[in-house]
Amino acid sequence: MFSLYVFILAVLVLMALFTIMTTSLLRAGLGLALTSAVLTVLMFILNTPLAAVFELSVCAGLIPVIFITVITLTKPLKKLEAEESAKEKFHRFRYLPLIVLFLFVLFVALNIKLNIALPNVEMEPDARQIIWNVRRMDLIGQVMVLLTGAFGILVLFREIRKR
Amino acid sequence: MIEFLWPTLIAVMLVFVIGLYCVLVTFNLIRLLIGLEIMIKAVTLLLILSGYVIGHPYLTQSMVITLIVIEVVVMVVAVGVVLNIYTHTGTLDTRSIRELKG
Repeated sequence: MFSLYVFILAVLVLMALFTIMTTSLLRAGLGLALTSAVLTVLMFILNTPLAAVFELSVCAGLIPVIFITVITLTKPLKKLEAEESAKEKFHRFRYLPLIVLFLFVLFVALNIKLNIALPNVEMEPDARQIIWNVRRMDLIGQVMVLLTGAFGILVLFREIRKR
Repeated sequence: MIEFLWPTLIAVMLVFVIGLYCVLVTFNLIRLLIGLEIMIKAVTLLLILSGYVIGHPYLTQSMVITLIVIEVVVMVVAVGVVLNIYTHTGTLDTRSIRELKG
């Protein structure tokens, strides 16, 4: 189980790296969806199924669709511009794999044994009870955030009325 | 339970660094948002891990749901701003929006 878990973690890091390093924006959007999907698997393993379902439906489903919609609404670069842009991008991102590799080796070499004294607490029986009883104010905050987003979009895309 | 901690922390730090590097280095507005998303993924995993380790997975689960809602709203509004910038300037390059009036 532990080796499988570490393998999934490695896949998560590699997917994130692919998302950032790829030259095509469309592939970057798909990479983001795959990163979210791998994160969902980790969430299931770490005993948070409800958040995992949210992550899978919203972050792996909705957000990449939004990104891909924006990419299709913008004009693609011409062939020469695209080649130049890819070359420039390679120059700017070439250090990233080295940095990630260096940090990985550093952290593995450190091998800190975290000895956390776990509190002896009773686990809550259900996520629904937490959401509706303990974190009730969060729901009000979520509704306000959603309204803010909706009004923000209305303001951004409002039509100019002719007088 | 504890043996999951250090490998997951390493993965969280690496994913966060990847997102941060993208945000710092790129000039493309969409890629900037994708970098931000990657950073949020790292924070989500950290929250889930903390809940798992201290024995309160359901409590952090509700926080992560809130985080996901906020993340979606931020991304939708940011994408709207990016589209407006594109219609005004005709490019997604951040260097083209440096010359602001005022």
